[in-house]
Amino acid sequence: MKTESTKINRRSFLKVSALSGGGMLLSLNWLAACNPKQAETLEMPKEWFQFNGFIKIGENGLVTIMSPNPEGGQNVKTSMPMIVAEELDVAWENVIVEQADLDTKYFTRQFIGGSQAIRSGYTNLRTAGATARAMLAAAASQSWNVPASEITIKAGTITHKQSGKSAHFGEFASLAATMPVPEEVQLKDSKDFGIIGSSKKNVEAKNIVTGKPLFGIDTKREGMLIAMLVHPPAIGKKLKSFDRSKAKNMPGIRDVFQIKSLQDDYKRTFFDTAQFTDLIVIVGESTWQVLQAKKAIEAEWEIQEGYEEKRDMFGREGIRVVPKGLESSASQEQAMIEAAKNPQTQRKDGNPEAAFAKAAKIIERSYTGPFLAHNCMEPMNFFAHVQGEKVECAGPLQKPELTEQALSSRLGIPLENIEIKMTRLGGGYGRRSYAHWLIESAVISQKMNAPIKLIYTREDEMTGGIYRSRYQASYRAALDENNELTAFHVNAGGLPENPLYADRFPAGAVTNYLAEGWEVPSNITTGSFRAPRSNFMACVEQSFLDEVAEAAGKDPIDFRLELLAKAKANPVGEGNDYDPDRFAEVIKLAKEKSNWGQDMEGISRGFSAYFCHNSYAAQVLDLKIVDGQVKIDKVINAIDCGLVVNPDAAKNLCEGAVIDGIGTVMFGELTFEEGVASKSNFDTYRMIRMQEAPNSIETYFVENGEDPSGLGEPAYPPVFAALANALYRGSGKRFYDQPFINQLNS
Amino acid sequence: MAQYNLTINGKSLNVDVDPSTPMLWVLRDHLDLVGTKFGCGIAQCGACTIHLNGNAVRSCQLPVSAAENTEITTIEGISENGDHPVQKAWLEHDVPQCGYCQAGQIMSATALLKSNPSPSDEDIDNAMNGNICRCGTYTRIKAAIKTAAKSA
Repeated sequence: MKTESTKINRRSFLKVSALSGGGMLLSLNWLAACNPKQAETLEMPKEWFQFNGFIKIGENGLVTIMSPNPEGGQNVKTSMPMIVAEELDVAWENVIVEQADLDTKYFTRQFIGGSQAIRSGYTNLRTAGATARAMLAAAASQSWNVPASEITIKAGTITHKQSGKSAHFGEFASLAATMPVPEEVQLKDSKDFGIIGSSKKNVEAKNIVTGKPLFGIDTKREGMLIAMLVHPPAIGKKLKSFDRSKAKNMPGIRDVFQIKSLQDDYKRTFFDTAQFTDLIVIVGESTWQVLQAKKAIEAEWEIQEGYEEKRDMFGREGIRVVPKGLESSASQEQAMIEAAKNPQTQRKDGNPEAAFAKAAKIIERSYTGPFLAHNCMEPMNFFAHVQGEKVECAGPLQKPELTEQALSSRLGIPLENIEIKMTRLGGGYGRRSYAHWLIESAVISQKMNAPIKLIYTREDEMTGGIYRSRYQASYRAALDENNELTAFHVNAGGLPENPLYADRFPAGAVTNYLAEGWEVPSNITTGSFRAPRSNFMACVEQSFLDEVAEAAGKDPIDFRLELLAKAKANPVGEGNDYDPDRFAEVIKLAKEKSNWGQDMEGISRGFSAYFCHNSYAAQVLDLKIVDGQVKIDKVINAIDCGLVVNPDAAKNLCEGAVIDGIGTVMFGELTFEEGVASKSNFDTYRMIRMQEAPNSIETYFVENGEDPSGLGEPAYPPVFAALANALYRGSGKRFYDQPFINQLNS
Repeated sequence: MAQYNLTINGKSLNVDVDPSTPMLWVLRDHLDLVGTKFGCGIAQCGACTIHLNGNAVRSCQLPVSAAENTEITTIEGISENGDHPVQKAWLEHDVPQCGYCQAGQIMSATALLKSNPSPSDEDIDNAMNGNICRCGTYTRIKAAIKTAAKSA
């Protein structure tokens, strides 16, 4: 058992107390139209008693658990409340789950990103449950006049064995909610977990399969108008002038005007990234009318001069230099080749150049990855209603607490007057970490003095900036006469972002190691994309290691295990960003579950493994090539993400990561010619479809008693290389340039 | 603008809209049936799939003027209580992740099973090829369709 200070929950308790009697957590919001996960045995109670920001208990024993973070498909709305319920010790059947609004007074870290929701929320969520549980025990102790230490709680029932007394939570909820909040609480030993570690169904599944309004784009209010934008047709251009007369006179159109979404001198955080800030807005009564008027806008565009953007990067002040120009693929490539010649050394161990000079064999390869669009299925949208000094917003957003500052500054309205409701996200993948559409919708609402729903078309979204960067990496490896890896050199960079993680494997396992990085400034905006940077580095590093293993005449798994054994026994350098034991274990699990080494008729196998977002993933991908067509038969995932909260949902997430990864590396690509994005919708931007998905995906978790770490991202990056390595075994060709479909078709 | 009398989920409903308005926006903006989703607007993603006389169609390409005198079914109308065999199979396999595409997936799957009660893997692939799931739940969708086929 573990003792945890309840400081955070004391604070949230006090906040809730101060609001009691019309407390906002009790108010029904517009999403009330959708049924929360229904309790399976109990009716709705007549009265709720608030314990802390997370928990309220009804007089009949029904428990409501607030899910603090936005849900974008990772299952946090089920998994996070499960953690609270575990420590509260209530039967899951008697729990209903509600989405909390953004409220930094109650909750910490109300965002999703970096696969951190469960990892960083774990102790808080447990403490919230354990605190309410202790208060229930204290209330029973007082009423029954027995020592609290003799009281046991199990599945929502409070028992005093010695006197034979027993009650359900509801009977003491009223009294317990007024008990002093304990200074410290006991947390359960993980071996006593009953809810954590047992699969629970997605609490929103019934609402999803019946088409209930869950998503931001489903928002509707009395008097709400629809807004759409027109942004420049090319990156590097800006609005010069436009003629609104035709559009404004079309049916249902209320107004057409220009907005500035962010002030030029506003010091932007990383999450305030926006490609275009001067936009044409069309506001009307219905979506179709606005879409027609949008087509009728006649605008003139001009070249945007280069400029500097003030930045506040997590407390560090900086400048983003935005160059002038209409970029094209070829000119970008040339700039990247030049930049790669003058990299910055990010890590150097031993004497790599001397080792390369003495090498018996040198393997040298280069890899590229294109810009990628996020392509969330729910197009960007946001609802906003600015009424004087009060702002109400609702919509899909990954990091509301990191973006409301920019909104407040732009509107000139203090933070405390801004309410942000978090709707379910129709996908995030990093794209909804950026909130320019939230600001745009609020600026439009302020101007129109009306409730507004801003909707992007697919084309607006795909051509409007914030992509995964374009990347390139070159590797060199030196083998000695005994086929031992004696030196390793990586030179990686991007336009505009450098993807290199200098301290990741095989750093620490090679005596002579050199990691160099570079960046090329660009006016194309980029940002977080599922497993940022890892989504390129895992692919190229794991593809390259496969070739090095082959050159050394070693089995690819054995080769990695040998390197990890070296990193364990005699680590080279400092700050190696992985635990060699955990890394080796996950690789061994994949080896065992896949019966690695066993030949299967017609099957080509590829292996890959990577560590990112605090979790380890190893994968074996089996494919067949029939008449030149690639069919992926099976993917085996071995994952070490510590304790798995909701196993079936965790498997679902890993299956999705595999399919997403295969789709990305096989088909994903966006290029630019004269600043114009080459693709704007799914007719040209190819997405993976059912027939290209593997026939089966198996997922196995390492059980090692570690606290939970990330899972939204870790299974995604390595599968790129598992596919590349399997394609090599099947076709005899190595794949160096993403997307692979280009080479397969050539 | 013109008046249209439509039969949607067994109910007779009137709307006054421009004849070119796609059923997607008639449903979402004018009839508050928002289970049908906007994804691409060009019939490439399947999020807006509905049934027109029992066949799966992309509502973003179906003008309201072509929908009169037809029977339209949306995700809200395939069962009274969310207990259509396909919906139940979706719950059993806990298919959704973000969930945005799932209404469209379910509409394609129900249309498939109506015309082909025991589809092969290839039949399923072909029928579901027009529906993108960005989260990558395809293996579960396929498993759920097979479960629904057995239970129907």
